[in-house]
Amino acid sequence: MINVLFFAQVRELLGTAKLSLEASAQTQTAEALRATLAATDDKWAKVLTSDKLLVAVNQTISQWDTPVNDGDEVAFFPPVTGG
Amino acid sequence: MRLLPAVRVQEVDFSVTDEYRQLAQDDSDGAVVTFVGKVRDFNDGAAVTDLTLEHYPGMTEAVLEQIVVEARSRWPLNKVTVIHRVGTMALGEQIVFIGVTSAHRKAAFAACEFLIDFLKTKAPFWKLEAGEQGKSWVEAKDADEQAAKMWQHKD
Repeated sequence: MINVLFFAQVRELLGTAKLSLEASAQTQTAEALRATLAATDDKWAKVLTSDKLLVAVNQTISQWDTPVNDGDEVAFFPPVTGG
Repeated sequence: MRLLPAVRVQEVDFSVTDEYRQLAQDDSDGAVVTFVGKVRDFNDGAAVTDLTLEHYPGMTEAVLEQIVVEARSRWPLNKVTVIHRVGTMALGEQIVFIGVTSAHRKAAFAACEFLIDFLKTKAPFWKLEAGEQGKSWVEAKDADEQAAKMWQHKD
């Protein structure tokens, strides 16, 4: 399974904080996982194709071509605004 | 005195007096520099009544630890404390504390500024502002990104 987390506006707009899905040919990179989730419906497509969206694989900020493996934690979120 | 971890993410407020006391214990340190970030009344021209900080538990602490390691690799530091609050905070409340000690002031000033600049652009925190027009997520600022980038050219 891949554990997927959403934070801030992304979480709010999707109405979901986390989900898990089976690892498959459609989830082998961060980009593939994003595309798979974006195919859910129009709302998910709009939120997850934002060019400002960031991805962290196993709690490390990652590029979209980063591999995703079974058991990984992948988080999608907007640019950070702490401090 | 109880020894607290250098990096803390917490809901409760912090005491600058207590943090200063813990930082300023060593006679080998000639400089203690601290920074406190607070909830401001206006952001981008809109009145703010309170602020809610969301974070990514686990990753946030890991990123803050990495930023402290990076600061220690750049300057000769002794003590470093980074505290960031999460949850809802009222106008005027403290959000973030950075404290750095060193033998000399230049290293302490530089490291303190570096830590807050990197924290703002790398640590997974998000601000939700409440005001007269309701709630809105704070947009990331290019100026903050530029401030963090400046440090990449200072090696």
